[in-house]
Amino acid sequence: MDDNLTARVAADPRYQALKSKRSRFGWLLTVAMLIVYYGFILLVAFDKSLLATRMGQGVTTIGMPVGLGVIVFTIIITGIYVQRANKEYDDLTEQIVKRALK
Amino acid sequence: MNRGTQFATTLLAWLGAAGAAWAAGADLGQAEKQPTNWTAITMFAIFVVATLFITKWAAARTKSAADFYTAGGGITGFQNGLAIAGDYMSAASFLGISAAVMVGGFDGLIYSIGFLVGWPVVTFLLAERLRNLGKFTFADVAAFRFGQAPVRVFAASGTLVVVAFYLIAQMVGAGQLIKLLFGLEYWIAVVIVGALMMVYVLFGGMTATTWVQIIKACLLLGGATFMAVMVLWNFGFSPEAMFAKAVDVKTGLATAAGKAPDAAAKEGFSIMGPGGFIKDPISAISFGMALMFGTAGLPHILMRFFTVPNAKEARKSVFWATTWIGYFYVLTFIIGFGAITFVLTNPQFLDAKGGLLGGGNMAAVHLANAVGGNVFLGFISAVAFATILAVVAGLTLSGASAVSHDLYATVVKRGKADGASELKVSRVTTVALGIVAVLLGIAFEKQNIAFMVSLAFAIAASANFPVLLMSVLWKDCTTRGAVIGGFLGLVSSVVLTVVSPAVWEATLGNPKGSALFPYASPALFSMIIGFVGIWLFSVLDQSPRAQQDRAGFQAQQVRSETGIGASTAATH
Repeated sequence: MDDNLTARVAADPRYQALKSKRSRFGWLLTVAMLIVYYGFILLVAFDKSLLATRMGQGVTTIGMPVGLGVIVFTIIITGIYVQRANKEYDDLTEQIVKRALK
Repeated sequence: MNRGTQFATTLLAWLGAAGAAWAAGADLGQAEKQPTNWTAITMFAIFVVATLFITKWAAARTKSAADFYTAGGGITGFQNGLAIAGDYMSAASFLGISAAVMVGGFDGLIYSIGFLVGWPVVTFLLAERLRNLGKFTFADVAAFRFGQAPVRVFAASGTLVVVAFYLIAQMVGAGQLIKLLFGLEYWIAVVIVGALMMVYVLFGGMTATTWVQIIKACLLLGGATFMAVMVLWNFGFSPEAMFAKAVDVKTGLATAAGKAPDAAAKEGFSIMGPGGFIKDPISAISFGMALMFGTAGLPHILMRFFTVPNAKEARKSVFWATTWIGYFYVLTFIIGFGAITFVLTNPQFLDAKGGLLGGGNMAAVHLANAVGGNVFLGFISAVAFATILAVVAGLTLSGASAVSHDLYATVVKRGKADGASELKVSRVTTVALGIVAVLLGIAFEKQNIAFMVSLAFAIAASANFPVLLMSVLWKDCTTRGAVIGGFLGLVSSVVLTVVSPAVWEATLGNPKGSALFPYASPALFSMIIGFVGIWLFSVLDQSPRAQQDRAGFQAQQVRSETGIGASTAATH
């Protein structure tokens, strides 16, 4: 890629927007994932009895939906990012590329 | 003696004081040889013949280096997602996690979650950028704007060390498993695995490897789904009924072991909540970091991102991979509980002392027999073998490309190697790696290899991941910083593992309490060492090379964000 092209893209306000939006969203979701996972681990480490509390009359504990919830959350949060990136970021990228290579 | 005593003792040692033993994902323990299982062997033979046909088809399409390393970049996101899942879900995680759930209940779930949570991080921070910057190996990305030789040497070292530990664990696991499931001699099993993986990679390259992984992922997910559905069906699809029965069985076992009713009830119910898996928070966090960020630094996984045509497909592939792997861990959880209710209660699957026939890791295999009869047992055994093949083929390909693409073509030939000679080097390396893997697999037969997979994850998290992340996202990162910091992360993760209880005491046989490093995983410390090393040596770096490195960031960023100039799919 020549320097000229790089400079042109870098100066494009839409490129700036793409970069900061994607980076902010990516880190936001990363932090959310870290909080959920390490929150879960710390909960296990510091309050084992909470997750072992029965939910109702039966033997099913709070830990079961919480643990499975972490799995489901992991899949959903990945889906959210991909959904947004497929629409918003790809459109923006396409515009930037089109203009830069014109 | 209550039933299950024998395997419980083995597994208790395995869960151990050190949680690292939990990373024993790949350790299948010392297996007893079983009578030859012809159903399983026939099914496996069908799988082998099918994959060899695929390899023949793939070989006709594997002409250039791009075909060999990345299947020409023509794999779709959905296919690649399945292939990543096939690469990641090892036989050990299938058998090991379901066995862990059978023994510890909820603890097994905590363990498996750790293997899943790295995937979103890969999606958010790396997948698209990797695809836009790289061509064949993750070193293409890490070295993008840096001095090629030093960064490539580092990346190839990181790759080969991770691949070596991962591969030994798989080979030993394969030998034990095949001895167990098929009734073949250990060394024969190891040689078969080594020979088949060489054939796949040598002739079919990434195309054959990808399809072996896809087929294996479908078979494993299909088989595990059938088992989980059968288990739930027996309880009218009520998880509560399944849990209640499992608690009942565990309480009965504790009573039979001579526990007072109160204590027995408590022990039975303990599978419904966290038990001994997480002892100290530092170990828990450190081990969690190794799994989470190690996923983002495994060379054979990263390599898969170059097989898709563009960033969008790369992104989709991680989404599918995350979905399938998450689903798989839900299945293994149900299978583990199914094993409590169907296997621990059936004398057919237990030996004279009450342990599982064939050892603790047979939980899922016996359950297959219980819910699907002998034919399904053969199917699951064949799938377990196929699973190992898919994983080792991916590892071998990744190791071979590090040698041929990073060391030979870029460092030795300074980027002037032609495709044909590069391809030749990667094939020679494949054969060499195959032979080394077989020899190491045989050499490590009687060794305790429990620490090896967790070590591979810790190294990937402490060396490969920091260098990759900093080179892609941090403007002021320099060649010197990346190389020194990366090696610091690599060396510290290995050294801290060696002096941790799992290796120093359990493997090397030093007295208990003599380990210098008390925690289960080094990642919390070695990752910090890696990142701080990269930061410090980059900031201090005033060389002309450093200025060039920093000046190159803008062009790299434009390409990583927009894909302009990214390598495209080869046309066929």
